[in-house]
Amino acid sequence: MEFFFSQVLSGIASGTIYACLALAVVMIYQAIHHLNFAQGELAVFSTYLAWQMLEAGLPYWIVLLLVVLLSFGLGWFLQMVVMRPFQNAPMLSNIVVFIALFTIFNSLTGFIWGHDIKTFPSPFGFGPLVENLGISRHQAAMMAISAIILTILWAFFRFTRIGLAMRGAVSNPVSSGLVGVNVMAITALGWGMASAIGAVSGLLVAPVVFLEPNMMLSILIYAFAGAVVGGLTSPGGAVLGGFIVGIVESLVSTYVPVIGAELKLPIALTLIIVVLLFQPAGLFGRRDIQRV
Amino acid sequence: MFMKRPLAIAAIVAAMIYPGIASGQETIKVGNTMPYSGPGSAYSEIGKVMKAYFDKVNDEGGIKGRKIEFLSYDDGYSPPRTVEQARRLIERDKVLLLAGTFGTPHNLAIHRYVNMRKVPHLFIGSTGNAWNDPKNFPWTVGWQPNAHIEGKVYGSFLAEHHPNEKIAILMQNDEYGRSFIAGIEEGLGDKVSNIVSRATYEATDPTIDNQIINLHKTGAGVLINLSTPKFTAQAIRKVADLNWHVVHIVPTAAASASQVMQPAGIENSQGIITAAYLKDPTDPRWKDEKGMVDFRAFMAKYAPQANAKSVFSVIGYSMAQATTYVLQQAADDLTRDNVMKVATNLQGVELPLLLPGLHLENKPDDVAPIKSLQLTRFEGETWAAFDPAKQ
Repeated sequence: MEFFFSQVLSGIASGTIYACLALAVVMIYQAIHHLNFAQGELAVFSTYLAWQMLEAGLPYWIVLLLVVLLSFGLGWFLQMVVMRPFQNAPMLSNIVVFIALFTIFNSLTGFIWGHDIKTFPSPFGFGPLVENLGISRHQAAMMAISAIILTILWAFFRFTRIGLAMRGAVSNPVSSGLVGVNVMAITALGWGMASAIGAVSGLLVAPVVFLEPNMMLSILIYAFAGAVVGGLTSPGGAVLGGFIVGIVESLVSTYVPVIGAELKLPIALTLIIVVLLFQPAGLFGRRDIQRV
Repeated sequence: MFMKRPLAIAAIVAAMIYPGIASGQETIKVGNTMPYSGPGSAYSEIGKVMKAYFDKVNDEGGIKGRKIEFLSYDDGYSPPRTVEQARRLIERDKVLLLAGTFGTPHNLAIHRYVNMRKVPHLFIGSTGNAWNDPKNFPWTVGWQPNAHIEGKVYGSFLAEHHPNEKIAILMQNDEYGRSFIAGIEEGLGDKVSNIVSRATYEATDPTIDNQIINLHKTGAGVLINLSTPKFTAQAIRKVADLNWHVVHIVPTAAASASQVMQPAGIENSQGIITAAYLKDPTDPRWKDEKGMVDFRAFMAKYAPQANAKSVFSVIGYSMAQATTYVLQQAADDLTRDNVMKVATNLQGVELPLLLPGLHLENKPDDVAPIKSLQLTRFEGETWAAFDPAKQ
C-alpha cells in the first residue's frame, strides 16, 4: 500500500510538471484556437533568459518578474510580426509556422547558450515538504503557483471584459471586430499571456529536470495530453489533466508489466486519442457549438 | 531529377571559383557527424574541440604542408540522419576518412555502408561492442574500451568487494544501455544472482524519478546507473533525495565532473564510482602536469567558448590528436588503404591525456586501440584514484 502511495505521489510530482505547461497550452488555445508547437521552446528560451540574469547576480524574484514581462513582450511581438500575415491563411500554414518557430527557438537557444546541462536554482529548496512524504518543497511550491495562475486565468476569463472579448474574438472574429473588439490586439495579448505562463512553467520545471535546450521536448507532449484530457478550453481541466496523465503514467508503467517504462510516452498519446474519441472537448471542456 | 540540376550547377560554379578544392589535392578532408542538436547535444563539445584542434594543426603548418579540412555535420542524435550525413560526407564531400563520429546506434547505422564504400571509420565516439570486428568490418577502428570491458570491470569489482549486496540496474533502453549488461554479468560470475531489479527509461522521458523510486524499493545496496549525462545527474539527485545510501556506479560516458556531478550537486555525488581512461581536467593530480597545461592553453586559444573543465573536451582533443597522428604517419601516401594500415598498426602511441600506463596499441586482427580502464571515485570536487582493496 505504501508502495502504491509512493507511486501515486511520484505521478503527481511529474503531473505538476505537465500541468504547468498545460496551462500555457490552454491559454494559447483560448487565444488562437490552435495548439502552438513552439510553446515549449519559447518557455525554454525564457528560462535561459532568466538563467542569464541570475548568473549576472540579479535576485530571483526580480528575475521572475523581468522574465515574465520580457516573455509577454516576446509573445506579443511574435503575434504582431510573425503570425499576423497568416491570420487568414489556412490552418496548415499556421501549423508550418509553429513548427518553424519550434526549430528556430530550439536551435537559437542551443546556439546562444550551448547544449551542456545547467543547474537552475529554486527559491523553495529541495528538502522534503513533510518527512517521508516524497514531495519536495519545490514540488509543493509548483502546485501552489499553478493554482495561483489558474485562479488568475479563471478570474480573467470570467470577470474581465478583456477576457470576454478574447473568448468572443476567437469564436467569432468577424462579429467581434464589428462590435468594436480589436481582434489583433486581443490575439497578441493571448500570445503574450501564454508566453508569460510558459516562462513561469520553465522556471518551475528547470530546477527539477535541469536546464538544457531540449528540456521541454517531451514535456510538451505530456502537456498536450494533459490539456486535451482536461479540455483545451478549461484551465482547471488542463491542470487536472496534467495530474491524471502523470498518475496514469506512473501507475501503468509500474503495475502493468507488459508496458513497463518502455511505453510511457505512448500512454500519453493513447490518452489523447481515447479522450478525443469519446469526449472530444475533454473531460471539463466546453463543447464548441457552431451556428451554420 | 529536379534536385540534381541545382546541385550540378552548384558543383560547376564551385569548381570555377575554387579550382583547388575541386581538384581535391590541397586539403585533407576529414568527415564527422555529431549531435549538435537533439537530446544528445551535450556531447557536441567533442566535435567543437576536434575542430579547434585541427585549426591548431593547420596553424602549425598542417600535415606536410596540407591543411586539414574538418567537415562536421549535425545528425540531431538521430541515426537516420547520421546515415544521410555520412552519405553526404562520402559521396559529395569525398572525405578521405571519417573520425570521431559520435553515438552507438548512430555508428551502427553507418557501419555497413562505410565498410562497403571502404572509407576509414576511425576512433568513433561509442562504448559499443561492435567496433573490434576486423574480419567483417575491416575499415572500422573503435576508440575507448568498449562497454563490455567496462561492464566487466564493474562486475568483478562488485563480486570481489560487495559480494553480499543486492544490485539494482538503471539503463537507457537502447544499444548504449544494453551493451554493458553482458560484461557486468561476466564480471559478476556466480554473483550474477545479486542483480535483483532492472529498470529502463527512454531517452525522451522528461524524468526518471519513477524508476529510481522503484529501484530504491528493492532494497538494493548497489546501483549501476547506465544512463546518459542529463539522466545521470537526475538520478544522483533523486538517490540523495531518497536518502538511499548505495554504492553508485556510473559509466565513464556520464562521469563528467562539470557536466554531471556539479549540476547534480557535489555533496550528492560523493563516493560515486566510475572507470576512466582519460585524465579529468578537474583532477588536482594533473593540475601542473605538462599534458594538462598544454591542453588548457590550447582550449583558451582555440576553443574559448567550449568548456575546458569537461571530460568531453578531453575526448575531442585526444581523438583529434590520434587522427592527426595517423595522418602524419600516412602523409607520404594519403590513400584510404594506407590510412588503414597505419590506424591498425598503432604501437605504443602516447597521448598526453590518457591515464598513466595507457597508450594506443592495436594490430590488424585486434583493432581496439585502448584496452583497459582504471576505477576512480568522486571525492571532494573531482575524481580521485581509488584502490578498492584498501577500503
